[in-house]
Amino acid sequence: MFRRLPGRFGPAFVACALLLGISADPASARFLEDGPLVGAIADTQAKVVKIYGAGGFKGLEAYQSGFLISADGLVLTAWSYVLDTDAISVTLHDGRKFEAKLIGADPRLEVALLKLDATELPHFDLAQPVPAAPVGSRVLAFSNLFGVATGDEPVSVQHGSIAAKTILDARRGAFNTPYHGPVYVVDAMTNNPGAAGGALTNASGALLAMLGKELRSSLTNTWLNYAIPIKELTATVEAIRAGKHVAAEEPAENKPAEAFSVEHLGLVLVPDVLERTPPFVDAVQAESLAAQLGLKPDDLVLFVNDRLVQSCKALVEELSRIDRADPVKMTVIRGQQLIDVTFSLTSSPDREPQ
Amino acid sequence: MRFRALPLTLPLLAVLVPATARAVDPQVLDAEARRIAVVEKIRPAVLAIFSPDGGGGGSGVVISPDGYALSNFHVTKGAGDAMKCGMADGNCYDAVIVGIDATGDVALLKLLGRDDFPAAEIGDSDSVQVGDWAFAVGNPFLLATDFQPTYTFGLISGVHRYHYPAGTLLEYADCIQTDAAINPGNSGGPLFNAQGQLIGINGRGSFEKRGRVNVGVGYAISINQIKNFLGCLKSGRVVDHATLGANVASDDQGRVIVNDVLEDSDAWRRGLRYGDEIVSFGGRTIRSVNAFKNVLGTFPKGWRVPLVFRRGGERIETFVRLDGVHREAELWAKVQGRPPDLEPKEKPEPPAPGKEENESEKPPEDIPAQPGGGAPDAPGPRDLKRIFKPGEPGAPKIEPSLPSPGQPNPGQPRPGPRRPARAKPAEAEMPEIVRQHFEPRKGYANYYFNLRQQERLAKALAGAGDFKAVKGTWKFAGEMLNADMASFELTDAEVLGTLPGGQVRLTVTDDLSESLDPLDSGGLLAAIHLWRHLLLNGLAGFDQVSYYGTAPVPGQAGLCDVLIARRGSVDAHFYFDPASGQLLGLEMFADDQSDPCTVYLAGYEETDGRLLPRRWEVHYGDELYGIFEFDEVTLAPEVAAE
Repeated sequence: MFRRLPGRFGPAFVACALLLGISADPASARFLEDGPLVGAIADTQAKVVKIYGAGGFKGLEAYQSGFLISADGLVLTAWSYVLDTDAISVTLHDGRKFEAKLIGADPRLEVALLKLDATELPHFDLAQPVPAAPVGSRVLAFSNLFGVATGDEPVSVQHGSIAAKTILDARRGAFNTPYHGPVYVVDAMTNNPGAAGGALTNASGALLAMLGKELRSSLTNTWLNYAIPIKELTATVEAIRAGKHVAAEEPAENKPAEAFSVEHLGLVLVPDVLERTPPFVDAVQAESLAAQLGLKPDDLVLFVNDRLVQSCKALVEELSRIDRADPVKMTVIRGQQLIDVTFSLTSSPDREPQ
Repeated sequence: MRFRALPLTLPLLAVLVPATARAVDPQVLDAEARRIAVVEKIRPAVLAIFSPDGGGGGSGVVISPDGYALSNFHVTKGAGDAMKCGMADGNCYDAVIVGIDATGDVALLKLLGRDDFPAAEIGDSDSVQVGDWAFAVGNPFLLATDFQPTYTFGLISGVHRYHYPAGTLLEYADCIQTDAAINPGNSGGPLFNAQGQLIGINGRGSFEKRGRVNVGVGYAISINQIKNFLGCLKSGRVVDHATLGANVASDDQGRVIVNDVLEDSDAWRRGLRYGDEIVSFGGRTIRSVNAFKNVLGTFPKGWRVPLVFRRGGERIETFVRLDGVHREAELWAKVQGRPPDLEPKEKPEPPAPGKEENESEKPPEDIPAQPGGGAPDAPGPRDLKRIFKPGEPGAPKIEPSLPSPGQPNPGQPRPGPRRPARAKPAEAEMPEIVRQHFEPRKGYANYYFNLRQQERLAKALAGAGDFKAVKGTWKFAGEMLNADMASFELTDAEVLGTLPGGQVRLTVTDDLSESLDPLDSGGLLAAIHLWRHLLLNGLAGFDQVSYYGTAPVPGQAGLCDVLIARRGSVDAHFYFDPASGQLLGLEMFADDQSDPCTVYLAGYEETDGRLLPRRWEVHYGDELYGIFEFDEVTLAPEVAAE
């Protein structure tokens, strides 16, 4: 279904895709009249939320989008620096404002799950079958792009068509993104600042995909508007809900007597000067386990055993929970690359770059 | 004055039909046919605006057959007071600036040479819903050298959006957001709904890293806001926006609370205090600071609008008179001087705890669409920073074609530093027909139009009868309702009131503000003296006269014409019914720090061939002073001088 998208693709490709798919799905008929979209849009806007968090510097907006996937306040959104704070705030379409808790994240899919303390919220049901959305289908994109909507203002909606269904060739191609996998390419300019985590739906408001981040080809300087199909995300969402991918910094239970530490690894982290110093590697001791694993200065540790570590303290804490006898999986980010290493003190290291 | 453009035979739309195409769904064909019909309907009224020297321009739309047309202030400021407007019929017309609203980014111009211009049908922007379809029409990248407009089609993405001004100019309040492509050059052009009715004036887009081209987020000034300003714009004035004289913030329960009130504001005099909760304003329920700013941004300075606020359990309903955002000299300097500085005056603060995050999250760097960024009031250095330098990462590889001679490329930095404001073309350089319709004057975009409106009101006044033959004593006798008998005698020298509480007398001097009798009326005697003075001497009897425009009057449907006349140190505002020309009332302001005496005039009946009101309703502040009904009115001829 999803074919690999060449590194460079031209407008002709998109145009052809459009011509082939005219009026391919019944929901698209709603696009032909003035009015039928209004109700579905209003219903869908109520499921999309405005998220505020870290950022606010030049070029780094402190806001993004997300959508509710349960009545009790689970919000699916894009994993980004915006969530890298203890104070994530979520505002609903009606202006109600909540402090959100980060439940977990998967940086490979670039998704995160937040939880609000609420009930009876309008939401998308991920258990519902996802309607077919062939190339040429008309779609609606809901997001708080440019932070236009605030308070009780509903998010913005744009319209477009699915121009292509393809594989985002993340590393080898032009697009510098951790996510590589199936995407919908949309012919409208949906992926603007703040739009990441928004919802892509059909004309009836049925959820198709989550809007991706802003993405520019370094080869052609073109901007790609893509969305990640919801079925690519459901397994991960379930895993996070089930507690497999979880945020760190939860109360420690019984710590092992003989635990890991950064010293065992031969890792030197950057000086822990902030409340939440990102766990960057400052140096790697020669001939240490870390050196054998190929870890390098400036690597940023993201996960330990699939648990998110957002600070030097969290990393030290997380390692202190692991018995030295047990294998450890660590995920670091180097540039735009995610690298997994697994090791234990009893066996030789095994490196498996993604 | 009118010439034919060389028609370029460019096909508007190429329809590709593959040889093996399957039958097209009739619904699709039907939708297409409807769109084509709408385009046919809206096409004739759309303007391609160019400055006479070809250095800039934008878009516009005609709103009445006599040639009044709307555009953006930031377009007309660049194009000058005399413009060339191309229409889809291939003709180019001379146009003259009429009035400007710099804060709202609206300009009114008038096309000259015809009285049967095709005009757009005006819609109701409050009925626009997210999910409606819309057409943006105009002159993007100044492509319309053949005057044929460009149409883009899209969805309404948001309504009642608020965008902070740059300093105090170019505030987009209560605007419409669309994903129909709006590019530099679309500025000032119309946004139509699916029925082809005018719902807004396109003027702004969110542009960021991708260069100054559409990214699916364009904004239009709502036509309902412009309806509020239109009467004022027709006055030829530089029209100011309004302030309540109070600041509001939202509290942690989502209520909008007053956190500052100016003590010399009308809001203060109406009783608004720190800590009061704003319930509704201008007839709209207020649930957020943005909603408040949205409503406020749609009113001109000087309007009296309904305000409902709550203090404790008490709900207070009042009308509050809105002051201006600027001092007059300040506004004049801003619109006259160098191009408006688009640097936002205040960098929004990060959200403080308990405060809505909204204000800080607005993208303040939105910039109005402007052809090629080249018109003189195009955003300054800040904007240039966001435009890619050629060769820099992110710079578009494909050079956009030149929009028109003399235009810098869109997405390209303009060479050199900010250009100085375009020198206003000397009046002598204006085409003859424009010169006949232009009169420069401080405080006015074009005083010519103020004079025409003054003449119109003078004519309406004359319709009530000729009072020159009755310069003697005017006597009104009757009763003050719920009180007792009352009468008034007016001569040029004095006004005598015989009221239930006793007699009051005004001896007319140069300074009418000295006597505000009777007590608690705010100066009823002085007010009716000014009224008599107007009827006897016309507009010429005052030291200064200006047509304000139109404003609502409590208790009256629709908007009324307002004439402001100064005599000595007092101002009188005269309100006229726009249809009949009848004088509906007047307000006498002894000074600008206190409430006026308001007299509503009604019950017009003829006395010796002259129409005079038999019912006077007098208000001062929040109180009704009294209602007078007269059954005996006599107008004596002038007493021969001894």
